[in-house]
Amino acid sequence: MKTLEELLAIKSVTKKTMLVREDIGDDKIKIVVGMGTCGIAAGARDVLNAFVDGVAEKELTNVAVTQMGCIDMCKYEPIVEVTVPGKEKVTYVNMTAEKAAKVIEEHIAGGEPVSEYIK
Amino acid sequence: MYRSHVLVCGGTGCTSSNSPAIIEALEREIAKNGLQDEIKVIRTGCFGLCALGPIMVVYPEGAFYSQVKVDDIPEIVEEHFLKGRVVTRLLYDETVDGDSIKSLNETNFYKKQHRVALRNCGVIDPEDINEYIAKDGYQALAKCLKELTPKQVVQIVSDSGLRGRGGGGFPTGRKWSFTAANEADQKYVVCNADEGDPGAFMDRSVLEGDPHCIVEAMAICGYATGATEGYVYVRAEYPIAVQRLKKAIEQAREHGLLGKDIFGSGFDFDLHVRLGAGAFVCGEETALMTSIEGNRGEPRPRPPYPAVKGLFAKPTTENNVETFANIPQIILNGAEWFASMGTEKSKGTKVFALGGKIKNTGLVEIPMGTTLREIIEEIGGGVPNGKKFKAAQTGGPSGGCIPASLMDTPIDYDNLTAIGCMMGSGGLIVMDEDNCMVDIAKFFLNFTVDESCGKCTPCRVGTKRLLEMLDKITSGKGTLEDIDKLEELCYYIKDNSLCGLGQTAPNPVLATLKFFREEYVAHVVDKKCAAGVCKDLLTFKIVKDSCFGCGMCARQCPAEAIKVTDYVAPGKKKPAYNIDSDKCVKCGACLSTCKFKAIVKE
Ligand SMILES: Cc1cc2nc3c(=O)[nH]c(=O)nc-3n(C[C@H](O)[C@H](O)[C@H](O)COP(=O)(O)O)c2cc1C
Repeated sequence: MKTLEELLAIKSVTKKTMLVREDIGDDKIKIVVGMGTCGIAAGARDVLNAFVDGVAEKELTNVAVTQMGCIDMCKYEPIVEVTVPGKEKVTYVNMTAEKAAKVIEEHIAGGEPVSEYIK
Repeated sequence: MYRSHVLVCGGTGCTSSNSPAIIEALEREIAKNGLQDEIKVIRTGCFGLCALGPIMVVYPEGAFYSQVKVDDIPEIVEEHFLKGRVVTRLLYDETVDGDSIKSLNETNFYKKQHRVALRNCGVIDPEDINEYIAKDGYQALAKCLKELTPKQVVQIVSDSGLRGRGGGGFPTGRKWSFTAANEADQKYVVCNADEGDPGAFMDRSVLEGDPHCIVEAMAICGYATGATEGYVYVRAEYPIAVQRLKKAIEQAREHGLLGKDIFGSGFDFDLHVRLGAGAFVCGEETALMTSIEGNRGEPRPRPPYPAVKGLFAKPTTENNVETFANIPQIILNGAEWFASMGTEKSKGTKVFALGGKIKNTGLVEIPMGTTLREIIEEIGGGVPNGKKFKAAQTGGPSGGCIPASLMDTPIDYDNLTAIGCMMGSGGLIVMDEDNCMVDIAKFFLNFTVDESCGKCTPCRVGTKRLLEMLDKITSGKGTLEDIDKLEELCYYIKDNSLCGLGQTAPNPVLATLKFFREEYVAHVVDKKCAAGVCKDLLTFKIVKDSCFGCGMCARQCPAEAIKVTDYVAPGKKKPAYNIDSDKCVKCGACLSTCKFKAIVKE
């Protein structure tokens, strides 16, 4: 290795893959995907992975993607809850991977909830 | 992109409680559920809470599973990884807070700790150089080579106030400046990873959990002192540490972080690993270098000090693993940052291996100046089974003990020396009322007699005589005069031995004499061992009026020392038993079998 830049390049790439190990503080945007049996049957795993990949692709570092169990609204699965610090929780229903991309674009990155996916 | 990381402790402690099988089961179950592209399993170094191993932490939730069994894995994978339901039943109970999970850093065990040397242990994959780099790794080396002169590096280390963590507490910056000042065609850096104190495993954990920080620190030391080659001397009993260190060196070479012209600065540095065969004396710096040279590990007189004539007779800087582990952080965060932690003359933190009669056996790193009480009662969770704390042994076979009355002493080099104890390398063994202090001294003397290299007479013969005197006292044959002789011999050995081994070997005797002289006196005058440890002073008796005559004890006795009598106690149906004290071997087997508590130990 001949330059500091080479070192810093490795650092920035690897750091992104390790973000998932940081404590979920109150300052982070939380995306919680319902992964009960009902959710999984309705395709929640694709949705979960779409959020994980989408957040990584956009290099959003202040976001934690986690899961939850069934919340007794099975007919609306896959359900995703998004909490932006200081704002009301937003619940999206009948989600898909494509819808996830739009939520990331407009809500997570843009700050505007996607009203058409909210029940 | 993995959505979840599972960190499993792969330190020696958890490995021996079978974490490799846990990792295997995890990988199997993850594949079975088709999660291999979503969940990543990482083998880390020690988390510190060894008492609760095997340990596993799942992110992003930060769920801390303790004492995990292979049979639990399918449930964890299916419930938690797949369905997002944390298996609360298997969480470390201190992290469960109603429905939510508390961060590990909020538990009693971690709350008071401050991790500098251990910062990456249990956090990164020690076998992946990129993860170390992601945690600022090798940036300190880059900073030294690009921005600082060797003199400035030495100055920063001096200003930080860092002192040697191998036991002596010598100022590290001063040591580096000595080597730097000596001109030579070749100089060396040596890392002491021999860690011979019984019960100590700080250095092992650093090497297992964060080997790259040692590689980086040694390169920095090389630059600062003008050395181009380094050796790590690590004991062969640490196979995981050796393997990870070798891998780290290989990766550093591949990345050009060891070798020629590092960071295009013109500075060359390379590292070698040498295995020690586990002789305690080889941890002494001059013996260690002799051993690296391929000779029998015997110490030699100092001066000349290693900074003048060290390895292969060249100027050499020798430091302990934990000392080195602090270096990259000091360079990156500055001397003032480091000096802001700790006490006036002992800066920074210290890692202790907590063992003995303590709930949370494990590895803790605390700022200097923390009291023994905080370590034992708060971090360590106290003495188990409702027993009373008696003393803590520090410094292993070269150290002493801190009695309960001095529990509030802030721990640093000078305070411990002032009370006749010593910091040592960080072994901290907790003792309760069931420990006999004379027996403890004997334990360590047994060790030093075995480990004395035999080169000088005061140590070779003196320690042996000390042990014989202790044997005499613990077998009830000692006199008050023996105690005085014992003490006198201690000082003689200290004053006349060649190296630190002999010079410190009497310390366990002197410290126990200082704080627990009455126990020695009880052994020789009353012929009693209050803790009930010294067998020759014990008698096992059956209280005949409590004996139901069931005969369980007689069946257990390996020496056939228990026989039935013709005495039937009032209210009992069968005749009582009796122990023939001439035949009794004092094994205690009968004591634990008697359901009626009719057997007593005196
Ligand atoms: C008998 C004996 C055993 C020692 N064992 C060790 C050891 O295992 N590890 C260690 O770092 N230092 C050990 N030392 C201390 C070393 O001689 C040396 O002082 C120390 O490694 C210097 O490094 P430091 O200044 O970073 O503490 C031992 C000393 C003696 C006398």
